[in-house]
Parts: sequence; structure tokens; C-alpha cells
Amino acid sequence: MKDYTFRISRFSPARDATPYFREYKLRLGDSSTVLDALFYIFKNLDPTLGFRFSCRGSVCGSCAMKINGGHRLACETQASGLGNLITISPVSNLPVIKDLIVDMEHFWKNYRAIKPFLVFNSSGREEHIVSPHERKRLNGLVECILCGICFSSCPVTGLDENYLGPAALLKLARFLEKERGETRERLYPGITRHGVWSCRKAYNCQESCPKNLSPAKAVRNIIFKTAGKAFRK
Amino acid sequence: MAEVIIIGGGIAGLSAALEIAASGVKALIFSKVHPLRSHSVAAQGGINAALRNHPDGKNDSWEAHMIDTIKGGDFLNDQEAVALMCREGAKRVMELEKMGCPFSRTPEGRIAQRPFGGGVFPRAAYAADRTGHAMLNTLYEQCMRAREEGRIDFYDEWHVLSVIASGSKCLGIAARNMRDSEIKPFPAGAVIIATGGAGRIYSHSTNALINTGMGIALGYFAGVSLKDMEFVQFHPTTLYGTNILISEGARGEGGWLLNKDGKRFLSDYPDSASSMEMAPRDIVARNIIKEIRRGGGVEDEYVYLDLRHLGEEKIQERLPGIRELSIKFAGIDPAKELIPVQPGQHYTMGGIDVNIKCETGLNGLFAAGEASCVSVHGANRLGGNSLLEALVFGAVAGKSASEYAEGAEKYPEAFLKESEAGLKEKTSFLMNSRTGKSQWDIWEEMRKTMMETAGIFRNRDGLTKGLNIISRLIGEYDGISLSDRGGVMNMELYWAEELRGSLRVAEAVLIGALAREDFPGRDDERFLKHSVIEYNSGSPELSLKDVDVSYCSPAERRY
Ligand SMILES: Cc1cc2nc3c(=O)[nH]c(=O)nc-3n(C[C@H](O)[C@H](O)[C@H](O)COP(=O)(O)OP(=O)(O)OC[C@H]3O[C@@H](n4cnc5c(N)ncnc54)[C@H](O)[C@@H]3O)c2cc1C
Ligand code: FES
Repeated sequence: MKDYTFRISRFSPARDATPYFREYKLRLGDSSTVLDALFYIFKNLDPTLGFRFSCRGSVCGSCAMKINGGHRLACETQASGLGNLITISPVSNLPVIKDLIVDMEHFWKNYRAIKPFLVFNSSGREEHIVSPHERKRLNGLVECILCGICFSSCPVTGLDENYLGPAALLKLARFLEKERGETRERLYPGITRHGVWSCRKAYNCQESCPKNLSPAKAVRNIIFKTAGKAFRK
Repeated sequence: MAEVIIIGGGIAGLSAALEIAASGVKALIFSKVHPLRSHSVAAQGGINAALRNHPDGKNDSWEAHMIDTIKGGDFLNDQEAVALMCREGAKRVMELEKMGCPFSRTPEGRIAQRPFGGGVFPRAAYAADRTGHAMLNTLYEQCMRAREEGRIDFYDEWHVLSVIASGSKCLGIAARNMRDSEIKPFPAGAVIIATGGAGRIYSHSTNALINTGMGIALGYFAGVSLKDMEFVQFHPTTLYGTNILISEGARGEGGWLLNKDGKRFLSDYPDSASSMEMAPRDIVARNIIKEIRRGGGVEDEYVYLDLRHLGEEKIQERLPGIRELSIKFAGIDPAKELIPVQPGQHYTMGGIDVNIKCETGLNGLFAAGEASCVSVHGANRLGGNSLLEALVFGAVAGKSASEYAEGAEKYPEAFLKESEAGLKEKTSFLMNSRTGKSQWDIWEEMRKTMMETAGIFRNRDGLTKGLNIISRLIGEYDGISLSDRGGVMNMELYWAEELRGSLRVAEAVLIGALAREDFPGRDDERFLKHSVIEYNSGSPELSLKDVDVSYCSPAERRY
């Protein structure tokens, strides 16, 4: 058991002019995560605290937040490695709905904008033959849990509200793989001005991704693959 | 355009939505979390289908899959339903592949398959150890296509509070927008419940925190019966503390289970003395509990899973996921330290009673996925069959519901009148200030009671005691005090709404279990039955119903 002070950013748009910090003192067991701590506070100290959760196992992408300044998933972050004073605030670049809960609609709008789906032909009983080598090319493109951490830690999304952002572009890179021979043209709108060309290679996305993915690298690949063609229309 | 409301955006819900959209009916998906945060995303191992892609699976067939499933479920499955699932399986998995689901591949470029417990052939198709994630994302992506075309609408972070029915007919739902707490009735031609399992009525569960079972109660409260609720699957090895699943692979690769003295205690129990760690799931789970009760557990709570002798290299190569989970969630590196593990609730076999077309007892109300009980799993689900069930029966429910909705009367008159009353009852919750118990005391007592009395070991005394406690908690629920009066993302209110359903689902599990006391031999005369429970305005009523054995007849399970 260890004593902690949590400084948590609180904000109710209807009531507060600006966000403010509130402090909570609590004791936690050795392998407690930040999500455990938030639940402890919620159940015992302050039932009005707002935060998202679902899987508690770092697979669903619900619990992104800023922990001691860095963007992390609360459910996979051990409190014991963070010192006795832990500061928590909502992720950047998205409007706050309440406390640690942000409105992700902008993020999802960008996700939809790249048309994240295969246009497939359902005829035939057999699967497409995809060699292990071709399948390997999808590694790093299909594991994203859409938690939004890359979007929130990217310096460009903060400045240019039209920029699609890292997660959507990573998705785009997946659909440009043509292991099933789908046409790529319908995807080009996602590649133009507010797409890959806006990336400034800060690599924050790669640094902060809880799944160790690299949207920045995916962006480089998209440019390499589509050079010259993407501006056509 | 006719409309179908789907409650739940997991694999069952999205599979239903795509089927509905394809038939020219509009699908409205309500989910309390963004659909990609549904519990389906966490499934790891694979989805069963007789694809015959594995060299050892060349003789596999849907019939062989069916027989494995029925045997695994101890003949308490409805066999027509099992046959349908196994026949449709390969087709649905192929369809998913065509949508772009990133399955792992064989050297020939076909969908890769791996062996799973209880299957005579390797037939679990997988996408690394992220099969649920791959499937859910693929289905959601196709939903985005249908959304562009105006065939699917999403209501994310809407908490559905009731299914509205009048007489024998389902008319729609009432839901609360968690963003502003507005409660609204939604009429629909048909409604599908696809709300997943009820793991969180237990203190130790591998399920997501949102799996409260409230969705199952939505149907129950509206008057449809629950079936086989006592059939609950426990997994022997879940991480102590969080109960995150540590897959069977860890033991498959040679991991040992040790008691607090460092002894491989499974040798002390006759039914696991020869197979040791590789004995079937239920036996390993039972013997871990026995060992803890005997005093061999650490802190009387858990035992150890030892992987150290496998060596860091092998652990990193074969079990990287388990290593990552142990480090992140228990602060323990299995290459150097012992992993604390204990059995935990894993899967809800019972659920809303539906027939092979996913129809409930109410016209216009359907159910699919883990929330339903079409009875493909019988008393025990095989790994890899629940993703298949969600995918196949999600689509079946979608087809049945869209056909029904096309013929249904639009915006029935009775609808708003019926719903008004229900809505008032729900909102009063927010308004009234009460001074009773905290809901957290009730949650905790319910979960502990369920674990102790309706866990791996059950007997009449324990179950009766459990039922008494749950009945008391149901009474206390009406007086719980809430202090958050806010309308925006009021999570205290959210949990209180869930608790109402969880308590009733817990009660149904206990009632079902009491109908089926532990009995050592076979007695098919008495036990080859489904238990069926009706809500009956709060005084649940139990009855029994025959199991469909049209394909093969029961026999003693031997492996
Ligand atoms: C750790 C783990 C690993 C697993 N691995 C496998 C595996 O390898 N193979 C396999 O076959 N199975 C596996 N399973 C089981 C399988 O994942 C589930 O049975 C299946 O995903 C259930 O899907 P579903 O669509 O029925 O429900 P879910 O995915 O749970 O979806 C439920 C949906 O309902 C919504 N909802 C619920 N209540 C409400 C409400 N009141 N209002 C609004 N929305 C609501 C939720 O938001 C969610 O969208 C695993 C399970 C666990 C716990
Ligand atoms: S709760 Fe699912 S990622 Fe943290």
C-alpha cells in the first residue's frame, strides 16, 4: 500500500467557466492502475467524477487521458511508477464534455472521411488467397484501437482543424494495401492537402501510441506509394 | 423505410445491422459505449468453422463441428440450432474475409486455423491473438459504408432503459442520452437485443466492466423469459487483481500451477493427477478452488502460474501477449517471477430465450449473441463458438427482424401512451433524493454473494442463502441514494440503472441453479431440460422445457 495525491482536472461546461484541479488523497495497493484509482475516487470520494472505461485491459481504447503530462491509457498505467503526486487531465485537441471525457466526434469524422471500408464482391465461396508475406504487410496497420492518443498528441491536429490526423491516415494506409485487388482511386481524396501532406514528421504519434504503431511511418508509405497520383483529382 | 432498432454494437449487433441494411430496411444501433469499445473487441483466440485449411483438419465437416459442440455442451444444446450455426459458419467466416478481416494465413495463403479445446480438428480461424478486434473493426467498417448510404444510424452513448411492449407486441424502446440525460421513446418495427454477457454480476470476471447483464434484463422486464441462466463458464487462470484472461496457451506451452509452497498441487487431486495442467478447464478450475480452500492458496486468494522454466526466449516468442499483460497489469515479468492467478467468471451461456429464428416470446422482439440463449452452447461453451454464434445468429436476428418490421404497423398508436408511464418511473430516479444504502455496497455484496454461492461449487444451502441475500438487495435497491445531480455523463446514475438489471439477472442465475443441484451420475430423465424463468412482475417463476435432441442422443462425456 502506498499513499497518493491525485490532482484531477474537473470541468462541467454548464457550470464552470474554465477547468480547475481538485485534489484527492488515497491509498492504493501495489499493482493498482490509474483506472483503479479513478474508480476508487468515484466510489468513495466523489461520485461526480466523469471518465470513460470499458475493457480495463488496454484493448478497447476508451480510457485515454493525460497522466503526468503524457497521453496514456489509464487502465494499463500502473500508479506505482508515477510518484506520489499524479496529475490527470483530459486529452488535448478535442473539446471536453465533462472532466476527463472528451467529445471524439471530430476524430470519428476524420475516420469516416477516408472511407474506411473495402468495397467487396461477395460472390464465390472461397476466400481470397493472401500469402503470409502479403498479410505481413498489414502488420502495424490493423492493430489500432482508435483510442485517439495520436490525434491528441499530434502538433498538427492542434493547429489545423482540417487535418485528418494520424489514426485516420493509418487506417487509410491499410486500405491502400491491395491484397484483394480493390481499386485505390476512391481513397485518393483522403490523401490530398489535409491528409498526408500536412504531416510535419514530429513522430509524436509513434512515441505515444500504446500499441507501438507508427502512423507517421504509414504516412511516409502512403506518399511513397501514391506520389504523383494523389493530386489527380 | 421500415426501421429496426438494435440494442448493442458488438459483433452480434453489427452483424444484424449489416443484414438489415442489405435487405432494404434501416438499422438504428444504440450502444452505451462507442461500438468499437464493446466487449467483443477483447476476444483473443479464434472463431470456429470447418474450413479444412489446417493440414490436420482435412477431414473436418460441419457435422463434426456440430458433434463436438453438442458433446462439449453435455447434450443440453438445442441440436437444430447447433446444426444451423455449424452449417452457416464457413459461409459467414468467408464473408467476413471478403470484407477485409485481417485473418492470419497458412503458407498457401488461406485463413489460418488453430486447435481449441473440445474440437477434434483444428478449426478456430484467427487473426493473431486479436480475433475479436479484427472482426469487430471489419464489421464496423462495413457499417460505415452503409451509414454513408443512409442505411444504418448510430446512437452512441445512449443507455437503453426499457423495451416497450403492449400486449404481446414489442413497440420500441426508451433510452437515455448520456450526454444530456434526455430520455426519449423510440418506436420501431422491430427490436433486437444484442447486449452481450453478464459477467459483472460476479466479483471475479474476465469480462469488460460494462458487461452487467442489464441488456438481458431489458427483455426479462418486458416479459420474455430467460433460459438456462445457471450455466456460467469459469476460466481457471485469470490474473489476480484484475481477472484479465491468461489464455490456456500458457499451460499449453508448459506452464505449471503452484501452491503457496511451490508445489504442483494438481497431482494431489485424482481427476487431474495424470493430465496435470492440461486437464480440462472445469477440472483445473475446481481443483484450484479446492487447493485455496484447503489452505494452499497465497493470501487465501490465488495460486501461482510458473512460466520461468520456459526461458525468456520462448516466453517472448510464444506468449508475448501474456507477458505484456502480466507486466502491465500485475507489474510482474513472467520470465523472472510467478504470475498470481485465480479462476474467474468467463462466459454467460444462458440468456434471453429465443428460438432458431432468434424470436422471443414477444412479437417484434428478437435477441442474439451472448445476451441470448438460442442454446447452441448447452451447459458449456467451447472456445471459438461464441464469436461464431454472435456472427451467425446476429445475421439470423437481422433477417427475422427486418422481415417482421416490413410487415409491422408504423408508429403504433399505443406506443407513446405506453412509454410515457415507463419514462416517468425512470426519471424519478434522478429527482428523488433518498437516504438508503450506497449502490456500491449493493454491487459489492451481490458480486461477492454470486462468487461464493453460484460460483464453481454450488449446493442447495449456499444457493438458498445466496437467493435470500439477493432478494434483500433487490429490496434495498429501491432506497439507494445518489448524489450526482448532473445531467452530462452522469456515471453514478449510469451504474445505478445497470444495477437494477444486474440484481434480477443474478437472482435468475440462482433460481436456475437451484433447479439443478449437483448430481454425480447421469439422469437424463430429470436433467435433460432447459430451465426457463419468467419475471412475472418481480416474483420470478420457473418452469422446465425439453431439449431438442433431433440429431444425436446423449451419452456420458469422455475425453
Ligand atoms: C477475454 C475474453 C476472450 C474471449 N475470447 C473468445 C474467443 O477467442 N473466441 C470466441 O468465440 N469467444 C471469445 N470470447 C467470448 C466473445 O468475445 C463474446 O461472447 C462475444 O464477443 C459477445 O458478443 P456480443 O455482440 O453478443 O456482445 P458484446 O460484444 O458484449 O456487445 C454488447 C453491446 O451491447 C451494448 N449494450 C449493452 N447494454 C446496453 C444498454 N442497456 N443500452 C445500450 N447498449 C447496451 C454495449 O455497449 C455493446 O455494444 C471471449 C470473451 C472474453 C471475456
Ligand atoms: S478501458 Fe479499454 S483501453 Fe482502457
